[in-house]
Amino acid sequence: MVSAQRFRWVRRSMKYQSELDPGFGEKIANAAYGEKLFSCIQCGTCAATCPVSQYMDYTPRRIIAMVREGFRDEVLNCQTIWLCASCYSCTVDCPKEIKITDVMYALKQEAMAQGMYPKRFPIPILAQEFFRGVERAGRNSEGPLMVKFFLKTNPLGMIRNIPIAWRLWRTGRLSLRQESTRDKNTIRNLLRAAKRA
Amino acid sequence: MKYWYFPGCSLKSSGRAYEESLLAVFRCLEVPVQELDDWNCCGATSYMSADEVQAFALASRNLALGEQQAGTGGNGGAQLLAPCSACYLLLLKTQRYLAQHPDLAHHARNGLKAVGLTYEDKIKVRHPLDVLVNDIGLDRISKLVKERLSGLKVASYYGCQVVRPFATFDSPWAPTTMDRLVEALGGTPVKWPLKTRCCGGTLIGTVPEVGLRLSHILLQDALRRGADVMITLCPLCQFNLECYQDEMTRQFKETVRLPVLYFTQLMGRAFGLSDKELGLQRSFMPPPWACQARA
Repeated sequence: MVSAQRFRWVRRSMKYQSELDPGFGEKIANAAYGEKLFSCIQCGTCAATCPVSQYMDYTPRRIIAMVREGFRDEVLNCQTIWLCASCYSCTVDCPKEIKITDVMYALKQEAMAQGMYPKRFPIPILAQEFFRGVERAGRNSEGPLMVKFFLKTNPLGMIRNIPIAWRLWRTGRLSLRQESTRDKNTIRNLLRAAKRA
Repeated sequence: MKYWYFPGCSLKSSGRAYEESLLAVFRCLEVPVQELDDWNCCGATSYMSADEVQAFALASRNLALGEQQAGTGGNGGAQLLAPCSACYLLLLKTQRYLAQHPDLAHHARNGLKAVGLTYEDKIKVRHPLDVLVNDIGLDRISKLVKERLSGLKVASYYGCQVVRPFATFDSPWAPTTMDRLVEALGGTPVKWPLKTRCCGGTLIGTVPEVGLRLSHILLQDALRRGADVMITLCPLCQFNLECYQDEMTRQFKETVRLPVLYFTQLMGRAFGLSDKELGLQRSFMPPPWACQARA
């Protein structure tokens, strides 16, 4: 029997169709109200107008192509979807009127639900801490959010930000108080009742 | 007519000067503004990444509260002021999407019912810039100008989420509302093409390598075109563009120094309001007129 080990240098650079997730495109299109996802003409306007595409592992154009074909794992694990800063440039420039920002949101939600985002990548952690804070208190509190965020991602990064934090404190722009709505249960009840069944 | 005001988290902390100057300017114009009672988080950009349905439910509570507190009286329904770009976008998006997608509206309605509220899509979400220029009008504003901003070169930065994608009062590519306002105050608008390019948003905190660069590009271009000051209409843009200038100077080995104010602070200055009333003591660097006075 020939061991697979012996042929380690033979690497496949493409995926067989059978390895893809055929329903993925449809699922994301539905979640993003982006039923037009399949009418993308791959023109690349989104990649050109995106201010962060040069930092992305896949440009927005490639993400759309990959979502349609069902490259589920690659898309959910990539940094692109988290680097999207929601500036909506692609959404207003797309000649086929695809709401690409909404597609990115749908992908972020799916990645978050599956726990598939890159480990210790700070952006999803910020989203999660923000979400938890609001769920608990009804309002976000910038100061406590920043502290929690840095403790979870990069405690040393906090040191780098001390000069700015100090100046914000002195000018009355930083508070560690937890803000909340009058009755915290209100928001909890609202969110529970609004949950997708 | 009275406006209801939705502050959101930033205008109560890092963007306090925005709230202070905004309210001061409306007081000056004798237009009544009242803070929405018991408002909650708008649903914000970060929340959208976690759970969209819940984000819409959160936003719809604010809209419902606005309708309830404004009552049915008045002409044309209640008006809700949302000065922060993210809040403005999210409240508008919620209105659009609830109207277009019945299943979303169903979830939001369930949530609201649980807390004894109803939302009837009667409230209008407005940005204060839109209200000031299009409701109150540049005529009324220029009549109040006591100290014209003569010779002051102002780069107006609109950022992303106010003009995109639901821009109701200006172009998503080449907005001019703030430039017209600057002219009415006696200043000189700086022509620059990057006025709607992204400042990086929360990336400056999460992935500084990316966020710093994006903000730096904007400041660099405004400086190159001779701006004395940059004005913004978003608390996050203001924070990114003002507070990280020392860090940019260090990283990009080039001095970056440009006061970044809220457009309402500039208005208040022209109206002759004191620095204190406009929250200018909260800035990291003195406003451009402080330097002029010394020179």
